[in-house]
Amino acid sequence: MARYRCPCCGHIYDEAKGEPHEGYPPGTRWESLPDDWQCPDCSVREKADFEAVKET
Amino acid sequence: MTSTATTPAAEAPWKDGKRLLWLAGLLVPSLPFIGYGLVKATGINAFWWFTPVFIYGIVSLLEPVLGTDESNPPASAVEGLEKALYYRWCVFLFLPLQYAGLVWGAWMAVRGGLSTLDTAGLAVSVGMVNGIGIANAHELGHKTNALERWWAKLVLAPTGYGHFVVEHNRGHHVRVATPEDPASARMGEGFWAFLPRTVIGAARSAWRLEKERLARCGKSPWSLDNDVLNAWIMTPLLFGALVLWLGPAALLFLLGQAIYGFSLLEVVNYVEHYGLLRRKLPNGRYEHCQPEHSWNSNHIVTNVLLYHLQRHSDHHAHPTRRYQSLRHFEDAPQLPSGYASMIVLAYCVPAWRAVMDKRVVAHYGGDLSRINMQPSQRDRILARWGRRPAAA
Repeated sequence: MARYRCPCCGHIYDEAKGEPHEGYPPGTRWESLPDDWQCPDCSVREKADFEAVKET
Repeated sequence: MTSTATTPAAEAPWKDGKRLLWLAGLLVPSLPFIGYGLVKATGINAFWWFTPVFIYGIVSLLEPVLGTDESNPPASAVEGLEKALYYRWCVFLFLPLQYAGLVWGAWMAVRGGLSTLDTAGLAVSVGMVNGIGIANAHELGHKTNALERWWAKLVLAPTGYGHFVVEHNRGHHVRVATPEDPASARMGEGFWAFLPRTVIGAARSAWRLEKERLARCGKSPWSLDNDVLNAWIMTPLLFGALVLWLGPAALLFLLGQAIYGFSLLEVVNYVEHYGLLRRKLPNGRYEHCQPEHSWNSNHIVTNVLLYHLQRHSDHHAHPTRRYQSLRHFEDAPQLPSGYASMIVLAYCVPAWRAVMDKRVVAHYGGDLSRINMQPSQRDRILARWGRRPAAA
């Protein structure tokens, strides 16, 4: 399960957790989010802006 | 993006010069009570209008007198500022004073034996507190924790503007400075034309956003999970309780102050992005919102009364940043004065356009194609500004 970070506010989209409040249940793959998906915290960055988090 | 943050000498740790000034935000919900005190002390009934006279008149005059403050916190101080609970208390304490004013105002309007003119002054005063309260709710509504978001909904209930949290964050911030945003004013669009467009557009957009979100969750929009609906419901509950207590006469007062209150929020919206436009990129999306897409002001008096709302460019660049950390950007467009005097100007459309249209044109170096323009005014604007170089 991959994680992606908002370059503006640092919000993390974690595929394992999804975004249930936004209607994306746990396990929702990054690829399944629509292209116009907005950062749920700051709303000023969208899917294409997010950066993959390198797991150590 | 430039920041003028400078690090002071190592031996002198940075101190927040505005720290105590943030308590001034609590002066606003105290104003109707101060007005009442002045009526009692002097016997002059005109003091029922003290709140609007103070905000439109005295604060407008104080803007040039007290001047501007461009100072920014150093980057090293921001984490401490964001965590300090003191700044949150300055925001949270608005609500008890606001509600005290609403309940007392409704009682006074119905049972106080006031003349129609005095009652109108009281309604405008209470509406002004609740309208400026939307700036307080705005600060709270951007935060990601549930307490601050619910507190924001309570602050919005007296104006019936509970949908603001949803629409502002997920509508306005996404579409700001584009023709699609109901809350971004277009050049050539007077405030009185903007007002119905933004009021109706914001409510419709908020409902649509929640309807779409709940559809993804497999729920009906007619559910208490709908953050627009559950916030809106607070208003009839609040007004209903006051009407049950005071009788139907209270409803006129409550509706009057609510309409005036949200119109005050909308005139601030009008000022914040007038004429500014984000460019469309080749991929069909708009460029990210930059500091150049908001009007700013560093006038100290209105900045401390409105929780740095006038440092609007940094707010749109970093919406989750708390008010005490917002910065001034050298390259962001500046209003000639603070919001208090600019909203008075906005009510008077020809005066507003005389002051602001040339600034929009100058901001874009005379390139009229870069302006967010009211379509019905396009020919007139092109004829007026097309052949003239914009004054710097």
